[in-house]
Amino acid sequence: MLEIEIDGKKVKVPDGGTVMDAANKAGTYIPHFCYHKKLSIAASCRMCLVEVEKVPKPLPACATPVTNGMKVFTHSEKSVKAQKGVMEFLLINHPLDCPICDQGGECQLQDLAVGYGGSASRYAEEKRVVVNKNLGPLISTDMTRCIHCTRCVRFGQEIAGIMELGVANRGERSEIMTFVDRTVDSELSGNAIDLCPVGALTSKPFRFSARTWEMSRRRSISPHDSLGSNLVVQIKHDRVKRVLPLENESLNECWLSDKDRFSYEALNSEDRLTRPMVKQGGQWIETDWQTALEYAAKALKGVIGEHGAAAIGALVSPHTTLEEQYLSQVLIRGLGSDNVDFRLRQSDFSADETRVGIPSLGMPVAEINELDRVLVIGSFLRKDHPLLAQRLRQAAKRGCQINLIGHSADDQLMKLQANLAVAPSLLVGELAALAVAIAEQKNLAVDASIAALASEVSAEIKAVATSLISGESRAVFIGNAVVQHPAFASVWFIAQTIADLTEARLGFFGEAAGSVGGYAAKAIPQTGLNAAAMLQSSLKAYLLVGVEPALDFADSVAAKAALEKAETVVALTAFRSAVDAVADVMLPIAPFAETSGTFVNCEGSAQSFHAVVKPQGETRPAWKVLRVLGNILELDGFAFESSEAVRDEALSGGLASALSNRIGSVTLAKGRTNNGVERIADVPIYFADPLVRRASSLQKTRDARAPGMRVNASMIQRLGLEAGGRARVSANGVMAELNVELDAGVPDNCVRIAAGHPQTQALGPMFGNLAVERI
Amino acid sequence: MSDKAYLLTGLNGDKTWGLADYIKRGGYEALKKILREQITPDAIIAELKKSALRGRGGAGFPTGLKWSFMPRQFPGAKYVCCNSDEGEPGTFKDRDLLRFNPHIVIEGMIIAGYAMGCERGYNYIHGEIFEIYERFEAALAEAREAGLLGKNILGSNFSFELFAHHGYGAYICGEETALLESIEGKKGQPRFKPPFPASYGLYGKPTTINNTETFASVPYIILNGGEAFLNLGKPNNGGTKLFSVSGHVERPGNYEVPLGTPFPELLEMAGGVRGGRKLKAVIPGGSSAPVLPASIIMDSTLDYDCIAKAGSMLGSGAVIVMDESTCMVKALERLSFFYHEESCGQCTPCREGTGWLYRVIHRIEHGQGRQEDIDLLDSVSENIMGRTICALGDAAAMPVKSFIKHFRDEFQYHIDNKRCLVPLELQREGSKIYVG
Repeated sequence: MLEIEIDGKKVKVPDGGTVMDAANKAGTYIPHFCYHKKLSIAASCRMCLVEVEKVPKPLPACATPVTNGMKVFTHSEKSVKAQKGVMEFLLINHPLDCPICDQGGECQLQDLAVGYGGSASRYAEEKRVVVNKNLGPLISTDMTRCIHCTRCVRFGQEIAGIMELGVANRGERSEIMTFVDRTVDSELSGNAIDLCPVGALTSKPFRFSARTWEMSRRRSISPHDSLGSNLVVQIKHDRVKRVLPLENESLNECWLSDKDRFSYEALNSEDRLTRPMVKQGGQWIETDWQTALEYAAKALKGVIGEHGAAAIGALVSPHTTLEEQYLSQVLIRGLGSDNVDFRLRQSDFSADETRVGIPSLGMPVAEINELDRVLVIGSFLRKDHPLLAQRLRQAAKRGCQINLIGHSADDQLMKLQANLAVAPSLLVGELAALAVAIAEQKNLAVDASIAALASEVSAEIKAVATSLISGESRAVFIGNAVVQHPAFASVWFIAQTIADLTEARLGFFGEAAGSVGGYAAKAIPQTGLNAAAMLQSSLKAYLLVGVEPALDFADSVAAKAALEKAETVVALTAFRSAVDAVADVMLPIAPFAETSGTFVNCEGSAQSFHAVVKPQGETRPAWKVLRVLGNILELDGFAFESSEAVRDEALSGGLASALSNRIGSVTLAKGRTNNGVERIADVPIYFADPLVRRASSLQKTRDARAPGMRVNASMIQRLGLEAGGRARVSANGVMAELNVELDAGVPDNCVRIAAGHPQTQALGPMFGNLAVERI
Repeated sequence: MSDKAYLLTGLNGDKTWGLADYIKRGGYEALKKILREQITPDAIIAELKKSALRGRGGAGFPTGLKWSFMPRQFPGAKYVCCNSDEGEPGTFKDRDLLRFNPHIVIEGMIIAGYAMGCERGYNYIHGEIFEIYERFEAALAEAREAGLLGKNILGSNFSFELFAHHGYGAYICGEETALLESIEGKKGQPRFKPPFPASYGLYGKPTTINNTETFASVPYIILNGGEAFLNLGKPNNGGTKLFSVSGHVERPGNYEVPLGTPFPELLEMAGGVRGGRKLKAVIPGGSSAPVLPASIIMDSTLDYDCIAKAGSMLGSGAVIVMDESTCMVKALERLSFFYHEESCGQCTPCREGTGWLYRVIHRIEHGQGRQEDIDLLDSVSENIMGRTICALGDAAAMPVKSFIKHFRDEFQYHIDNKRCLVPLELQREGSKIYVG
């Protein structure tokens, strides 16, 4: 530890600390622009120049290492003179157009200019004008305002993992730009807006729609991925205008993925259902709540009366809150059925038989950064979990060896020890081989049933084994593609074996904001039918909660067929188009911003939030709708006064003790030898849930472009295709026509066709064989 | 040329730059002596310290001390770099040194590699003198052929490889850390120091960077001893130095004279002021050094200490001579344009300030000066100086401050009368180009 005196205040900082660190510790503010605690030091804005005893020149606090006994004067005449000098330079070419600048009121330059700027400019020459750039649909530019702090550049290089922005040209003509007219396509790009200390990079969707001081700020939790990012939702006139990160060092740090940040646009979408509707004679008719609820109750009761309680079932979106999931299952069970599930994209449910507890990450999110060796199985990491991937990226930078085994070797923008792509039918065999290789290298025994399944141990698998048996802190993570895999239970069991052999922690990334909550809320069948079985056995009535049937299921064709055949479909939905093709009654429910509730994130933290705006139109929070429906159906246990009461009851058994990633013995599924063409289905980041599908700006990004069919070069040859051409893909007699895209990361015998998109929905199951022919 | 010259001497003949000729002049004897007598790196550095050799690139940092900062025991790669990115206006000494005597630089660098435990060196050559780069490559090929570079030099167990690297003409790449960035293939921008190159240099490895002429001085010191080198010059200012004399003199060119030579002697060697006109001012150390009026410079000797005492810097030894036909406002306008043009744009005071300075001076020169402009220039320069990442900010500010300090009346006259104090006819006379 080194001792330093800042403005007479003594502080101790660890060796290698800077004057800025010491000042932060002492609670002294030193003005700065280019310095950011999460980014590397540039020392280029010079705003943080301070006087240091015995040093003739003022030194930049951000880059000056502390020496023992150093005395720093942050507000001395010399310091302030230097800071004012720098401020003058920053302002001479700045347009000073605060009245028309979106950053006005939350601008670091504006704030500091009040303290350090002159009241009049001594600069009488022509000011610089910089041409604006098109960075894509999310980031708006006013480059004349740029002060060249390079935070956006360093963010790309260091956090997002890709340098999409750089400084071109020199001197006064330096400009921040992308490489020759490219756009900024990172899934974390919106953070550059937060980082920009001036109004050079602002939010395009938010542009000119409100002033920061006109909005109230309320906390919320992101309803998308399993991280549960903390949000600040900004509101004006009872409408959500913008979403910003709420700093939470243990989860999202100071970042947000673009999905979390920009999906709020869907809240104000035209597609919102704002009045209850009932289908009569094939026509949708608006009605009042009482009528609609009584209609729904009567329909459900009618089916039970005629076909028995087992003929009804509830399908609940994994993006719904704990409370919504809990009341859904209470309602269904109250009606006498056990058919309830939230795991809509899962196809193998045999793990339920020997699963010990609720699968979760198995460790605090923040500990990801400290891992030394990681195996990730079946994850489209960067797009499935943008901020968990960011943490792994930081870990990789620290020297963590990250091994990926999945269905596509996508570029994760981080240093990887291995990035292996295997066909879905080969996943079990390859992982078994990995277990065998590890056991061999560690001189341990491996379960004979696993050894029997193992493929030949390849050099790559051997290298992964070697990597995983070293290091101090290890983890094996199971991604979404494994949970969706037809041999999920087998993969889980082998992953557990690998974790045991390497003394690693085992964890699930989790698909959605409610993936842990669904288990906690018991929105899974005990004796009844799971999501897939409910569709296969064609129930007579379905209750849909927040579901978009055409896009949310493992097999969209089966879902459509089952729902169309049903006598009654009662849908609680925020969006009309999500269910209007299959439902008989639509009850408008509030999306996350308009309801209170709880999301249990991947690490098992239950994060509750309040509604930040009033529900639109006659929309009601889903927990209230379910409660009233329960009351109308005269069921017990629906006397809740608040969502907190629902939460407390749902979690009354304790959450932490219920978490477990262990699985008992499993009858291992040998991967079928498969000579056909296998489908690999990712769920594209901006098609993953009903909300983000309706976020208009996100839908204009590159990640949201219509999916094609991605194949490697040898498959193109084998199938007689042409990259850039069209292909006809068929499965179970249904066809889709898609563009052929060359992707070296797709394994042999496979085509990668995204799920969750209207264009590919007709193809049905996410896994299985397809026929492909050239058009 | 002084009789003490050793850098540019014996260069009469056909292919004097070549290896054969260099060896005839006693070249590579210093290297052979080191390998033969197994002189230790410590002894070499001690000799350098004794010689009072100071960096010839501009800052004048004691070379022996710099070499001693290298963590010789550090395992792994270490580098020695030669800064031949001679971009300072008025400086053209390294160009001639590499053109006429490249092997002396190569020998100096090999010895540096030996003394600091480096196995690899780079010579970064200014991009606008491409033929010099080619010349140096040719000399490197000769040296490799002769076993003077590469594995086990001259049968010893010392290996050293040297590469030439040419820049693309950016002045900023002469700043040592920008030079390293440029060799690494990045945009030439200075790094913030600390860490200094001796601990975090090229590719993050310990690195020492010296000027071309500095390396060229090393063989003499090894052969004749630090004492002899010191005695060439004066205390604390060892050796001879190349001075690039340009401007209003009869015979502009490079002159190698001992440090401590009185300025009038150098002026006389260069043939005196052109056309017999009166000397007005001299920039003694390249365009970033403060200007000195005739009265001060004529009483000075050419060494680091005396020039510093006179209020300027010996810098790179680029002596820019200006006679009475020079309009000081116009001269400063040109200098300020250069720094405005060459600022890398990384840090605020330099990026914004150099353009401001140029524009104000440009206005004054063009008859649009305002009364407050002179104080403004002084204050803007003050705000740049000492506030930037590298010395380019200081280099841009110092000429402005010194021109105003010594020639304020000319600036005032410009503002008041919207024309030069120096009559135009005289300016035209002074800027005539002499042929032959």
